[in-house]
Amino acid sequence: MKLGFLVDLNLCMGCKGCEIACKVENEVPLSSWRLRVKYLDVGVFPTTTRNFTPLRCNHCENAPCERVCPVSALHYLDNGIVNIDNERCIGCAGCIMACPYGAIYMDPETNTADKCTYCAHRIEGGMMPACVTACPVEANIFGDLDDPKSHISDYIAHHQNNGGVQVRKPEKGTEPKHFYVGGGQQTLNPLAHQRIEGYSLFNNITHLKHVGQPNHGIIDRFMEPFASHDEDQGGH
Amino acid sequence: MTEHTIAATQAIVTLDVALPGIIWGSIITVNMWAKSIGTGVILLGAFLYYRHKKEDMPSLRWVMPTVAFIALNIFLAFTLIDLHQPYRMINIFLHPNWTSAITVGAWMASLFTALITVMMTIGIMDAFPDLRRNCAIGKTARANSAVYEKIYPFVVFLAIPVTMYTAIIMAQSAARELWQAPTEMIQMMWAAFMAGSASLIYFSNNWTAAVRKDLAFVLAISVFGSFAMYMGEYFFSFKAAEAEATLAYVHAGGEYFGQFWTAMIVGFVLPFFMSILAVKSDNKVVLKVAATATLIGLYMAKDVWLKIPQLLPLS
Repeated sequence: MKLGFLVDLNLCMGCKGCEIACKVENEVPLSSWRLRVKYLDVGVFPTTTRNFTPLRCNHCENAPCERVCPVSALHYLDNGIVNIDNERCIGCAGCIMACPYGAIYMDPETNTADKCTYCAHRIEGGMMPACVTACPVEANIFGDLDDPKSHISDYIAHHQNNGGVQVRKPEKGTEPKHFYVGGGQQTLNPLAHQRIEGYSLFNNITHLKHVGQPNHGIIDRFMEPFASHDEDQGGH
Repeated sequence: MTEHTIAATQAIVTLDVALPGIIWGSIITVNMWAKSIGTGVILLGAFLYYRHKKEDMPSLRWVMPTVAFIALNIFLAFTLIDLHQPYRMINIFLHPNWTSAITVGAWMASLFTALITVMMTIGIMDAFPDLRRNCAIGKTARANSAVYEKIYPFVVFLAIPVTMYTAIIMAQSAARELWQAPTEMIQMMWAAFMAGSASLIYFSNNWTAAVRKDLAFVLAISVFGSFAMYMGEYFFSFKAAEAEATLAYVHAGGEYFGQFWTAMIVGFVLPFFMSILAVKSDNKVVLKVAATATLIGLYMAKDVWLKIPQLLPLS
């Protein structure tokens, strides 16, 4: 079994339901995202279009994050998911540096790396990932790539003519297992569009100034086990 | 309107999350800089022992491992404090993933530092016979003085991969096209020769002029080699769109432009001419100024080269 994901960008309407479902399902802290939907305006007025691109971990078959993780906190599951063990992670951020898709973040609560796991815990229980369930237009398609009769295999077979099925940054050789239909250079290549300060719809924050917990300085990192112990005692 | 002014694609991000800023910052710069000193003095020491008699540089036997020991401990300390979970560093030894250059490097650097500690202890105890005369460590070190020369060749051999493994970590960062394994590996070697010769120059007052001449010569050659590679990457980096986009942050001016060119002038161009002058005149003051400038410039250059690829949006 090799689980994969496909997003049909022709169907996606940018409702961010998947983003919210992921946040809730995985209790993703503020300032962190396992899945996000990027809005991109393309063209020159009046011939402009608004494009929506959901972005998450690509669960690469040749994952740079798995290769660089010094303690195998990032590891492959038998079903192809690139999973992460937060209890083992040392917080070196090597995976964040290695991932060409910017899909890994430093969890500000645990101060360990974290990312989309295709909701591995739900899959184990026979359920679909939360984002798939939440999508109102079934733009998220998830299934077994090894099974030629699965919905995702059928979808890929149906759309793959003329480059209809794409992955992000194929030149990296990471062999992503996350596909897009209806994507293009402008939506999938971050160098083909611009981020301009002040032109975001709802806020002007384009970059975080911290990695992990913003008040987690060098001393705090060493004191954390003791501080947590005190807080626990105080809390109870 | 902005959408009218973007010629390339007319594509603008209008809603997205905040992207991470610099992930590996100045802590990692100090880490690489200190490692260059720690391994560089060992490599330069080997070169000097090959070229000269021990009597020409009597203090080298204890100075070299002591400087390396201090630098390597700074390197290891900064490696540790960069971790968000520093106590879990032990997992690298308990659950090693051997495909990771971080793992291989941590093991090699730990072994290297352990051997350097042995060499430093023997070197200091032999150089200062009255120090800790009755202490068990002093007695053991003096009784096993020959161990120093036995392990030194292995330490020199180990210094090479310890110097270069950080380049492999950078190369394993698949998204940062500016960091190419062969280039960075050679840059790490140049950095080690620069930092090693610069560090030993401070202790070369009582060494022979021929030794200082060699140190000045190595410094000149290494700053030239490193500078040439930086210039090649800066001006002729046609490798990938990402490398070009990364360098655009420097080319466009601003903070990194200033730091990069200050580093090139202070750490590479000036030391080159000063060390060439020192080769001819055996001017100790000029040589020490060149050494200081090299160490400052090397830090600044490594800092820029570490940070600029991280400015690029990956998604």
